[in-house]
Amino acid sequence: MKLSRKWLGEFVDVADIPDSEFGHKMTMTGSIVESVESAGDAVTGVVIGRLDAIDQHPNADKLVVCTVDVGAEKKLTIATGAKNVKVGDIVPVATCGANLPGGHIEATDMRGVVSEGMLCSMDELGLDNRDLPFGNPNGILILNDPESDLPLGDYALGQDVRPLLGLDDRTAEFEITPNRPDCLSVIGLAREVSATFERPLTLHTASVSGGAGKIEEMLSVEVAEPELCPRYTARVVVDVKIAPSPAWMRERLRASGIRPINNIVDITNYVMLEYGQPMHSFDYSCLDSGKIVVRRAHAGEQLATLDSKPRTLTEDMLVIADSSKAVGVAGVMGGANSEITDATATVVFESANFSGPSVRRTAIALGMRTDASSRFEKGLDPENTIPAVDRACELVEMLGCGRVLDGIIDIDHTEYSPKVLPIEYDKINALLGTEISREFMRSALVRLGFGVDGDSVTVPSYRMDVEQMADLAEEVARMYGYDALPTTLCSGSATVGGLTERQKIENQTTANCRALGYSEVLTYSFVSPNFVAKLRIPEDSPLRRTLKILNPLGEDTSVMRTTALGSVLEAAAKNAAARVSELRVYELARVFRPIEGEKLPDERKQLLLCTYGADVDFYALKGDVEEILAGMRITGVRCRAYSEDGAFHPGRCAVVESNGSCLGTIGQIHPQVAEEFGINIPVYAAVLDYELMLESMQPEATFKPLPRFPSTSRDMAVVCDETLPAGDLLDCVRESAGELLTSAEIFDVYTGTGMQPGKKSIAMSLQFRSDERTLTDAEVDACFAAALAALEKKFGATLR
Amino acid sequence: MGCDEFGWYSEHMLRPKVGGAFIFVWRDFSMREKLEQLGKQALSALDAASSSVELDELKVRFLGKKGELTAILKQMGTLSAEERPVMGALANEVRGRIEERMAARRGEIAAAEMEAKLANERIDVTLPGARRPLGHRHPMTSLLDEVKDIFIGMGFEIVDGPEVETTFYNFTALNTSENHPSREPQDTFYFSDDVLLRTQTSSVQARTMEKRQPPIRIIAPGRVYRKDEVDATHSPMFHQVEGLVVDKGIKMTDLKGTLDLLFKQIYGNDTKVRFRPHHFPFTEPSAEMDLQCFACHGKGCRMCKGEGWIEMLGCGMVHPNVLRICGIDPEIYSGFAFGLGTDRMAMWRYGVNDLRLFFENDMRFISQF
Repeated sequence: MKLSRKWLGEFVDVADIPDSEFGHKMTMTGSIVESVESAGDAVTGVVIGRLDAIDQHPNADKLVVCTVDVGAEKKLTIATGAKNVKVGDIVPVATCGANLPGGHIEATDMRGVVSEGMLCSMDELGLDNRDLPFGNPNGILILNDPESDLPLGDYALGQDVRPLLGLDDRTAEFEITPNRPDCLSVIGLAREVSATFERPLTLHTASVSGGAGKIEEMLSVEVAEPELCPRYTARVVVDVKIAPSPAWMRERLRASGIRPINNIVDITNYVMLEYGQPMHSFDYSCLDSGKIVVRRAHAGEQLATLDSKPRTLTEDMLVIADSSKAVGVAGVMGGANSEITDATATVVFESANFSGPSVRRTAIALGMRTDASSRFEKGLDPENTIPAVDRACELVEMLGCGRVLDGIIDIDHTEYSPKVLPIEYDKINALLGTEISREFMRSALVRLGFGVDGDSVTVPSYRMDVEQMADLAEEVARMYGYDALPTTLCSGSATVGGLTERQKIENQTTANCRALGYSEVLTYSFVSPNFVAKLRIPEDSPLRRTLKILNPLGEDTSVMRTTALGSVLEAAAKNAAARVSELRVYELARVFRPIEGEKLPDERKQLLLCTYGADVDFYALKGDVEEILAGMRITGVRCRAYSEDGAFHPGRCAVVESNGSCLGTIGQIHPQVAEEFGINIPVYAAVLDYELMLESMQPEATFKPLPRFPSTSRDMAVVCDETLPAGDLLDCVRESAGELLTSAEIFDVYTGTGMQPGKKSIAMSLQFRSDERTLTDAEVDACFAAALAALEKKFGATLR
Repeated sequence: MGCDEFGWYSEHMLRPKVGGAFIFVWRDFSMREKLEQLGKQALSALDAASSSVELDELKVRFLGKKGELTAILKQMGTLSAEERPVMGALANEVRGRIEERMAARRGEIAAAEMEAKLANERIDVTLPGARRPLGHRHPMTSLLDEVKDIFIGMGFEIVDGPEVETTFYNFTALNTSENHPSREPQDTFYFSDDVLLRTQTSSVQARTMEKRQPPIRIIAPGRVYRKDEVDATHSPMFHQVEGLVVDKGIKMTDLKGTLDLLFKQIYGNDTKVRFRPHHFPFTEPSAEMDLQCFACHGKGCRMCKGEGWIEMLGCGMVHPNVLRICGIDPEIYSGFAFGLGTDRMAMWRYGVNDLRLFFENDMRFISQF
């Protein structure tokens, strides 16, 4: 909301308060001032001057040299190429050192004549014919033009031109919260200003002479949808003379960010800004049968709106119609078919109250948010329709642009009765934590326009947001000053607080990732729908069933990820492109998987590791994954070769299992997939289901006594088929060597010279120990032999 | 070496000399003389020794089972009964002297040898270390952890909620009317009429209050989503920490005190915050909290766009309607709530000037933290 400080001054006198203090104090009582600016800030050093003589330029046919009186002893010599000037004209003169929206003015040599300034056109001052209808758009602005309505008589030569042109007004830009549509008006803000600065508020009641006849004889109104139009108020003006509105009105509109059009349209805009009540004006001659019907649009009904665009309406939209056709979209925009034109002689002013949600839906559906619709959608005060329409008629009479009919048509379904609330002083102080006096509370509410009677308060009709004690507490607090409230810490019941077990594990696990050299990335939860294809996820995979955003920002962020692998590959690709030579990243990422029959998806976490670089291979990644799992006390971890996951290299991929539960997939990303993401080097990733990892955790560690007896170590090298997974061999040893075996690890795999083709040698280190005694060689030999026998039986492996 | 009236010897007489012959002068020394001689010989040999190997050899030569002292003592049988204890004592004394000197020398030589060994092992410590680089935490997470720690210290729990949320929890339960502009599809991502990406962590408020009765002290950190185009200060996905306290006697000054404390902890004790009235459907009274600009201390500068203050968060006293919807009696309980925008906090905390850096995951950025 743009507020003209001049206009504001009509209701509350704060002219002495500088912009910065005005902005700060208003912000601190809840009406946020984003800026205070003036169109005149860009125009300095421009004064009122009179052309005393005009001579031909000695060296240029197209230039004249003017002698300009700017109220000083020395007259200025200014050269100009303008054709519309004559001796005696009073014009805006940019003197040396002046600043204009288009640039800076200094004395310049114009073909041998030093020009001591510049005569200004409207354009050079940032104005046009909407602002100054009398001005010549192609020449110098003649301030004493016979058509001019500027109050030139109040000014002397040499005075700053800005006050004359209304460029001295200052505009405060407010951010108004949606609960205060009343503040989308000069009067609403004046009320806040008055309360903030404790200055009196002067309100005005419109008075209309009327006398041009009776409205009932010309117009009838039928509201077919009282739900959508709780109140419809109208007045009629005859003998309308369309013309530009006067300078003061144009200037105020301009300062409020609205372009002047003509007197009738300007009046409706002026009243909307002043009262916060959107108004509309129809050309009565375009209304068939002199009738207005407020009804729902017919399906597919067509209407060209004032912006000349054809609109196709639907049945849930409310229209203003005559007996045969729609003439406006209620609360949004009027129709071109009843627009005010220069020929308009009779005008209907509409001042109505429409349902906020209905206007909002209609405006969104039509893709047109207007000043009117954005006010209506917040819910307006139905009590405001009559003051507003009366004000419009008063302005008509003031401007002498028509005669107002007696009577008001007012179809009111609202049954308004004022809200009365008790002032619960103690509860207010308890909620705020203050000891504010009763007197202060009452006076604060009075300042804000509440009717205070003893210990109860009548809520003004425009304060539809105030319903209960807490609302009154806010009114009191903001007048008291939020900054004046003390600071305390919560007393009351003690709470334990702290992290849950799950949160602690998460902290530990991510810390372990970092200890292993992986850095954290944060990727978007929504991804491109083509990720599933890029990751070669099979057509029938549940991971293809994604949640789709109906109104995404773009295709790239339009579906919720079912796996975060694509996200981290994208991050890896960015780093590869940035020539980061080694990468280790992790993300504990949420993924979103729709559940049949459920409204909300399964949101589970995945732990992703992604790595590339010189020291990186499958085993490096596998080792890191094993460490992370060990850090979570997940035991019995096995890797099983897996070639079915399209995202991974079929020969360098494994599923990670723990005691029968599949925790995820690790391996080298399929080169084709890597390339799809723009990575041209081997890249490795682990995709682990964090929820399953949590489920696989062993209970907290309990102490086992340290071994009291020494362990015995034996190495075993066996020859077996080259295709035999070493892990199977190891499993077999672990199963068959008996309880004395404490560990079995592979330390060498050998193929090549000395080996039969198709065979390999696997060397393992076996540890044996008993908690009861020192083992004898014979005991260990027996275990060793048992393991060997099992290997031979199961795999045909022989001792090397 | 000198000589005395009983005879003399010089060291070289007892030792082979390079290129020379053994010159052995034997006089009929008494046992006393022999012992004294041996002692002197041994001490001077020990003094001359320069390695622990040599010391070991001398130990064998003089004190060993077949050593020279033993050889002398074997002649004890030739002595008279009176002489024997006297000579025995002398022999022990000589042995003691040798052993003492040997121990001393052993210490000296070991020290010298250690010194030499260490000198030999000297390395260039300015060569680079063999690092196993630690990974880095994303600055967003670091800040979140800091915030969590502060609230845990104040007795808060940390709760979580879904990011894909119903309009009920995101809006309706938060007293947000059907026609509130925040519901508009131009601001909110929708999956259907009543399922959306949560626009605020406030959705966790209702979920928490529905499940439990006061006292409630929680924070709910997490991702939230709004339909903002990506630029230096906007992202369609960002982070918030919702805070909620509901108990008997919770007041607005508690809200101010809690947030004041939080920001002093994070940005330092001279941090200034201010509260001003605002509007949120789910709090009443409502406030916005601004942080005084660090760069200009409130005067207004480029960093704060001339405002002097940086808008940080929305907060307020939990709206009685929200308490009622969640089954908590507003006549008995009151509460406060706030929603911190932690991306902006992290940007200010670490001096990051472009929000996009948080989501581009460039290691050259992340590894700075």
